[in-house]
Amino acid sequence: MATATKVGPAVTAGPTPAGATKKKLTNAVRKRLEIALFTGPALIFYVMLVILPIALAAVYSVFRWDGLGPLVDPTCIEAYAANGSQGPNYCNRFVGFENYERALTDPTFLGAIGHNFFIVALSLLIQGPLAIGIALLLNRKMRGRAVLRLLIFIPYVLSEVVAGLAWKLLLLPNAGFDSALELFGWKGDKPNWLEPDLVMWTMFAILTWKYIGFAVLLMLAGLQGVPEELSEAAQIDGASWWQTQRHITLPLLGPTIRIWAFLSIIGALQLFDMVWVTTKGGPNFASSTMATYLVEIGSSRQQIGYGTAVAVILFLISLVIALVYQRFALNRDLEGAVTGIGKVK
Amino acid sequence: MVTVDIDTPPARRRRKIDWSAPFVYFVALAVVGTAVSPVLYVIISGFRTTKQLNENLAGWPDPWTFSTYARVLFGADTLFWSQAFTSTVVAIGTTAGVVVFGVMAAFVIARYSFKGRTLMYSLFTAGLLFPVSVAILPLSIMLRTFGLNGSFLGVVIPQIAFALPTTIIILVPFLRAIPKELEDAAMIDGTSRVGFFWRILLPLATPGLVTVGVLAFVGSWNAYLLPLFVLGAGGTDPSGYTLPLGVQQFSTQYSADTAGVLAFTSLAMIPALVFFLFAERRIVGGLTGAVKG
Repeated sequence: MATATKVGPAVTAGPTPAGATKKKLTNAVRKRLEIALFTGPALIFYVMLVILPIALAAVYSVFRWDGLGPLVDPTCIEAYAANGSQGPNYCNRFVGFENYERALTDPTFLGAIGHNFFIVALSLLIQGPLAIGIALLLNRKMRGRAVLRLLIFIPYVLSEVVAGLAWKLLLLPNAGFDSALELFGWKGDKPNWLEPDLVMWTMFAILTWKYIGFAVLLMLAGLQGVPEELSEAAQIDGASWWQTQRHITLPLLGPTIRIWAFLSIIGALQLFDMVWVTTKGGPNFASSTMATYLVEIGSSRQQIGYGTAVAVILFLISLVIALVYQRFALNRDLEGAVTGIGKVK
Repeated sequence: MVTVDIDTPPARRRRKIDWSAPFVYFVALAVVGTAVSPVLYVIISGFRTTKQLNENLAGWPDPWTFSTYARVLFGADTLFWSQAFTSTVVAIGTTAGVVVFGVMAAFVIARYSFKGRTLMYSLFTAGLLFPVSVAILPLSIMLRTFGLNGSFLGVVIPQIAFALPTTIIILVPFLRAIPKELEDAAMIDGTSRVGFFWRILLPLATPGLVTVGVLAFVGSWNAYLLPLFVLGAGGTDPSGYTLPLGVQQFSTQYSADTAGVLAFTSLAMIPALVFFLFAERRIVGGLTGAVKG
């Protein structure tokens, strides 16, 4: 973008200091202009399409509204007020915190929150240690390392939709998954993996399949930053492999583990695609998450007010957890705002 | 059969037999097998007919049938290509928008000092906590108001906005790392800040731009929730769906056609896999590098 600012005619033909101020001024103006032009598009997109909808969600959440017609209709209220009545509730759909009350007393929604935290807990307790273990084992020079890295990352690049559909087919009775179990010696009847008691465990297994490759690669990248001399020195001093890992490698891997855990928690709280494709949150809400509940309410039932209240709750839960986590776990590693990217569940 | 010539010098003696090595290879094999076999199952089962599949869902194709894949790829009423086309257009549009707007904003945040700079950066980084799912209901109402519901722009524009935080977070440190001396030298040679941006910074930032571009492309290619609302609920004809939406729709509409669903699902995997093979370094390096900060 060319910003050759025209230098105005020298009206005040004063001594040099005045000219210098003038030049400095135009320079400052020019800088402002550059800042505005360069950040403008990003800011407009971001504020209009990310911040505004979230602010609107907070507004809609205190109305009982199906997304059509005005939230508050003054002419309607006036018309009824003339007759001395308050008017029907389509004149003013404001309901205060009723939607929040409804959400937080709905066993289905509370169940959905529980499912999100179930995935959070299992990810931290099982997926994380598993990924660290695999990474520690693979962190050595070995044949086919590049191919290995490539292959374990494949599930991560597939879309959750495609991966979910693949698993839906695999988990059909006597399909790929069951026959793989036969191969490993589990003869006899297999349970229905998507029945209410099992479905969340199945979901966790699928998510682990999809996201552990990313976790392993992240840990491997973190391990690159652990100086080899330290473990060598420990080994010379007679430390076993396990002692070396436990007292040297793992503590130094701390920052990577903490960031992974953060991404994993946030991802698990926002879980949607995989569940929606494999079970739609069923059977009978046994696998619903906050996000599938929200979409179900908002799109299928057109309850925008209630749906946005659920969205705000989802947002607040993520925000509080992120802030607490950042305060107590991440502040050692990072300065400033939340960092990190990628979807991890 | 290997015959060893007596004159051959003795093979270099192994340093020490590492008994953990077989175990490591076993774990590696197990991990890779678990990662890959579901994908292979779907691809291979697509070569079986629905009749074979109805008899036994798990089995080797016998004989290998190519007609299902052919039907999904070249059948008269197949939507695969038009959906792949929509996905491509949406992904390219998103990538272009994100990279252009992202690098412009990141340039200013990284290299200008002005009041509100930190605030602006924090505002963008906070965006990582704003998932599409929180915004989706008001967003779809907004898009309906602007007449963007059901059009691919209705997917592209919000996707640009939601991909900006990641892009800016990756690019700002990247652009900041370019030495100040270069900028000073360019200034002394009479270049403006904008000239510096165009002629020096952008070429130097190419690796970073490729990384954020690849991430934005993959994110768009795999996106589901937004297309579901904008295209699916927006009343677009299925031929204008993106692939994830199209695959999902196909699998519900033709759920009895198991072979067809398997073949369509496999084919929908292929673009992402091919793209990944070409951009593996960028994706893995970008993700892990960005996360490490």
